[in-house]
Amino acid sequence: MTDSSGIKGPSRRAFLKAAAASVPVAAVAGAARADDPLITEVQEWASGLGEGVDATPYGLPIEYESDVIRRNVEWLTADAISSINFTPIHALDGTITPQGCAFERHHSGAIELKKEDYRLMINGLVDRPLVFTYEDLERFPRENHVYFCECAANTGMEWAGAQLNGAQYTHGMIHNMEYTGVSLRTLLEEAGLDAAGDLTDKWVYVEGADASSNGRSIPMEKALDDCLVAFKANGEALRMEHGYPVRLCVPGWEGNMWVKWLRRIDVSDSAVESREETSKYTDTLADGTSRKWTWAMDAKSIITSPSPQMPIKHGKGPLVITGLAWSGRGAITRVDVSKDGGKTWETARLAKPGERMALTRFYLDTTWEGEEMFLQARAMDETGYVQPTKDELREVRGENSIYHNNGIQTWWVQPNGEADNVEVS
Amino acid sequence: MSKYLKLTVAALALVAASPAAAEKFGLGRVATDAEVAAWDLDVHPDGSGLPEGSGDVWTGETVFADNCAVCHGDFAEGVGNWPKLAGGMGTLDRKDPLKTVGSYWPYLSTTWDYVNRSMPFGNAQTLTPDEVYAITAYILFSNDLVDDDFVLSKETFLDVEMPNADGFILDDRLTSEAHFVREPCMENCKGEVKITKNVVFKGDPNSPDDPEAEPAAQEAVAEEAVEEKAAAEPVAEEAVVTEAALDMDLVAEGEKVFKQCKACHQVGEGAKNRTGPILNGVVGAALGHRDDFKYSKTMAEMGEEGVIWDEANLATYLAKPRAFVNKTRMSFAGLKKEEDIAAVTEYLKSFPE
Repeated sequence: MTDSSGIKGPSRRAFLKAAAASVPVAAVAGAARADDPLITEVQEWASGLGEGVDATPYGLPIEYESDVIRRNVEWLTADAISSINFTPIHALDGTITPQGCAFERHHSGAIELKKEDYRLMINGLVDRPLVFTYEDLERFPRENHVYFCECAANTGMEWAGAQLNGAQYTHGMIHNMEYTGVSLRTLLEEAGLDAAGDLTDKWVYVEGADASSNGRSIPMEKALDDCLVAFKANGEALRMEHGYPVRLCVPGWEGNMWVKWLRRIDVSDSAVESREETSKYTDTLADGTSRKWTWAMDAKSIITSPSPQMPIKHGKGPLVITGLAWSGRGAITRVDVSKDGGKTWETARLAKPGERMALTRFYLDTTWEGEEMFLQARAMDETGYVQPTKDELREVRGENSIYHNNGIQTWWVQPNGEADNVEVS
Repeated sequence: MSKYLKLTVAALALVAASPAAAEKFGLGRVATDAEVAAWDLDVHPDGSGLPEGSGDVWTGETVFADNCAVCHGDFAEGVGNWPKLAGGMGTLDRKDPLKTVGSYWPYLSTTWDYVNRSMPFGNAQTLTPDEVYAITAYILFSNDLVDDDFVLSKETFLDVEMPNADGFILDDRLTSEAHFVREPCMENCKGEVKITKNVVFKGDPNSPDDPEAEPAAQEAVAEEAVEEKAAAEPVAEEAVVTEAALDMDLVAEGEKVFKQCKACHQVGEGAKNRTGPILNGVVGAALGHRDDFKYSKTMAEMGEEGVIWDEANLATYLAKPRAFVNKTRMSFAGLKKEEDIAAVTEYLKSFPE
């Protein structure tokens, strides 16, 4: 033990200052505390043997993570075949969504379609109608891109007010993967577009092979811009529930257009006006008229933790606030976070610079003193668009839009660390 | 002009200027006429793509009752959470508008096209063009859009006026919401912050035991909650299944076959009545044995007369449902293969009550 009486002048002051600064640490470290048996005793795993290779030829997450799964809300839809579930975004970090927990939306269930049985047809106003096999697709030049896919109905339950308690349920109809595939442009050019003449008013109708025959009309300019006929996601084959063996990626545009089990591409001079682009995926305004062809997903963000499913359990002190931001009109340039329901904002740190049509992870490294917080995040994209509040959206659109709710979400964090979905003035 | 538009205009200019210059890989093969005809079924608003054929309202009523009513109701009014196809006129500017073919759909082609390619649910692409014309005519009649002597065909198609045809505008967000492009406020952005709306379903929506979740859910979704409660009541039914060892390989085969049934039927622990009844304990039980499910009149009567779902009756029914139970509500064409019937029966036997 140092005899402090021997310390003189500046060095004594320096010591005292250092001692004062370290009081909390000293108090914790100095408290009589039982030794941690996880350290002092030899644990089973440090002595015995673990599983050998091949115990799990294709691995799943360890059992302790078994709650990090897709979940649905049974009463939202008539049955589970034509239904949707939600990505556990509250429990994930980074930006890439593992395929196994990426949300699913089916209109007639997920089908099992073998690569050998897969055919892709291009017909309509093309020079030669073509049929490709899966093997054919793998012989075209390939591209890799990271894109988010968000269902237009994500956050749709929240138009009338705060409904479901968790980021998974309010914002989980989204995933973000690295896709490998062939550009749609390449395939269209292989069939030849001379027959289509002036391309500015032409359409491409894309259709899936499942019983729902889900089909959407895409303007030719988008089809030739960045659409991708994808067969791999995050390095491996697409999962059945995401359209194995081939799906379409329509970057930045609503998920319904990302046709799964893609079987036909039809070049035509008008939109089909299919069920999914008239009776659904149209946005009814307060006066009863409806917007159609609302394809792009506007800039949006969500704090994934803390959140109702991710309460603060560690007490006062350092706190990481984190979440996701994205825009269907380009890259995210900035995310601000408010702890007081939008009175004051501070700019969060982006884990990486925003990428076009892909999720961006943000962090606010902060300190929590156990106070009540009304947490909000606000995204900005490269067009200068600033994510609006839910009330600002309602002013323009009313409450009957169902789709495209990109309003700012509020989590009410209480002194006990628990959080609830609320709206604030 | 947005960055997106600039980019795409550039992309278009490139294609328009040199379409022939695009590199060809010589991959794929030319589609035959028959192949294109088999898949190119979509119908456009101007009626292009419609095949020959016709159907009248009264034929439509019968075809609808046989194929659609189980989910959409006899009068297209919808069953449970399944879509209502009729009614809702004048509700689009109200809270919770009712969007049906009559009140919302702008084009008749969409109805014809969707029924033709995607319906009936679980049995798509089995209707003939005449049946699709008839069903579409009946849906129009249910919405008071045509008289009962109406016959729908290619020729009369464009005579039908859809009430909400002019109810749509093109996406105008870039102008009507241009004020969201702005400099964001950072300090003193508002006065007092108060909670204006609190979460409706506080608990985990997947935990019915959660004391907070259930009452809230029942209030807001009364119909579904009532259905679920009914389904949860124990069924006092004595299943007369003879104890016999199951062929587990056959059970596994049957599980695959059962995928065709899953759209409407559930089995196993926690199964609920859906479009069709729970099938736990069905083998050996009387026809129409569940008190908590509304069977067709014929099915219920046969059960009261003592007809049992033994394996022979199940096999006859599954091969051609309507031949065994006249006017059954089950809109399923039947299993063609005997081995599929045997497998699915074995699978069902693995779920005693």
